[in-house]
Amino acid sequence: MRRLLALLSAFFCVAPFLWLALTALRPPEELTRLGVPSRLSVSSFVSALRDQPLPRALLNGLLVSACTTVFAVAIGSLAAFSLARLRPPGRDAILAGALSVSMFPPIATVGPLYVLLRALGLLDHWAGLIIPYTTFSLPLAMFLLTRAFEDIPEELWRAARVDGCSPLQALWRVHLPLAAPAIATTALLVFIAAWNELLYALTFLSSPERRTVPVAIALFSSEHAEPWGEIAAASTIATLPLVVLALIFQKRIVTGLTAGAVKG
Amino acid sequence: MIELERLTRTFDGRGGVRDVDLTVDDGEMIAIVGPSGCGKSTLLSLIVGLDAPTSGALRIDGRDATRLDPKQRGVALVFQSYALYPHFDVRRNIAFPLEIDRVGKAEIDARVRATAERLAIAHLLDRKPKQLSGGERQRVALARAIVRRPRVCLFDEPLSNLDPALRAQMRVEIRALHRELGATFVWVTHDQAEAMTLADRVVVLREGRVRQVGPPREIYARPVDTFVASFFGAPAINLMEGDTLGVRPEHVTVARSGDGVQGRVVLVEPLGAETWVTVDGGGARITGRGDPELTTGDAVVARWEASDVLRFDERGARVEGPAVVDAPP
Repeated sequence: MRRLLALLSAFFCVAPFLWLALTALRPPEELTRLGVPSRLSVSSFVSALRDQPLPRALLNGLLVSACTTVFAVAIGSLAAFSLARLRPPGRDAILAGALSVSMFPPIATVGPLYVLLRALGLLDHWAGLIIPYTTFSLPLAMFLLTRAFEDIPEELWRAARVDGCSPLQALWRVHLPLAAPAIATTALLVFIAAWNELLYALTFLSSPERRTVPVAIALFSSEHAEPWGEIAAASTIATLPLVVLALIFQKRIVTGLTAGAVKG
Repeated sequence: MIELERLTRTFDGRGGVRDVDLTVDDGEMIAIVGPSGCGKSTLLSLIVGLDAPTSGALRIDGRDATRLDPKQRGVALVFQSYALYPHFDVRRNIAFPLEIDRVGKAEIDARVRATAERLAIAHLLDRKPKQLSGGERQRVALARAIVRRPRVCLFDEPLSNLDPALRAQMRVEIRALHRELGATFVWVTHDQAEAMTLADRVVVLREGRVRQVGPPREIYARPVDTFVASFFGAPAINLMEGDTLGVRPEHVTVARSGDGVQGRVVLVEPLGAETWVTVDGGGARITGRGDPELTTGDAVVARWEASDVLRFDERGARVEGPAVVDAPP
């Protein structure tokens, strides 16, 4: 019974992606049909990569998402470590405040941000995307990493201090290695969010050669054509890096890393 | 030398320490004892620099250390839970304080090896903490503390997670290590026997305040009040007459006949060398030495010499009575 439920929910999650992949693999003439395709074809993949600016968009997306991930995890770790171990006054208020920032709907912020970025001269710059992405992924990163650092036995922090570590050394030598699974999870979530973001990317970038993947795919359609096959193929390709990253990180997301620290 | 001057650390809730005055001499072995929550661990945190006092001053070797960072104090600490770094192997765990101190690689290797050999853990250097037994982890924690050659080493109930046989063995070893290093050891424990066997001097702490400081024998024979009297000694001192009279069980003889307090046997504890017999003497229970042949319900007499009696006033403070015998701990 449990197994059946697990299978059902797995299918529920995977089904849209399967449908997408199936659409991408249909021969062009069968695109509007339901059911099993008569044969599988890679022509949609070929044209998505050859006729559309997808390769460029993939590289752009990688650049923006990787930078966002690095900044969010780096700044998030420092903030989370301070909240978890240095116990600044008003700690709960800081965390709650940060979380409430992430609850603004993007559509409410896109206007003011546009004005701000124009004033700073950052429209149509990578920084114009990376900075807001980092801002909006920081609350999640801070939240996850604060919990992760709090889960590391307090005595290890005390031991590191007694052994002569400054707070930063204690973070770098002891807390970051022990929080590696949480850091991998956080990095993955931030990367996915940045990789898939459409609204800001569409609004703040104007040069075609800077477009990220969702923007590029959204602009496949023209007045005359709705290239469903290419859209499906491009979406499948765009999802693959995330799947690969998830599989790599899954190995790092192991429990029991802190086993043997205290008693036990 | 460590000097604590009216050292106070208060918390919003309970706990903390108040007005602690204490001087620990170079090379001394001091035990801080008291029941849970008496402020023992707070005191250690203040000395090592993991916490800052609310008021008062702390000097280490004559230098004001009240607000110094732990790094600048040169004080090592062995944790109750060992607090080994789980992601490092034993070698790296021991080397860590030297790495942070930027000691050269060759010297680190030599010192780690020498320390590991001294503590008989050289064969464990490549293992991870989770592959070690409790006793082995304890030794690694000890090695990490002494590899820096600290002038002062603190111990926070380091033996409480070990089984009794291992605990007794470690007590002997740590005593030897203390003589060998010539460092000042400050030892926190709630185990009065541990304090008595290890320490040159004992500090008794209760509710954050120092009740008595002195050599174990003196604390045992001349406790300042009924709290200290009851805390030291097993079985515990017999308190009678509304807690104004106290007599140690080893000074009480329980016999089938003679003069003394009459009563009936309620408990017989034969320990081999010694048999402790508890007598219900009309309200007060008195424990003393007795014959292992006695059984529960026997009519007996408990007696003791007047010179062995400790006298306390109604607030519990000891008052000088007849001469007090210097009893062995």
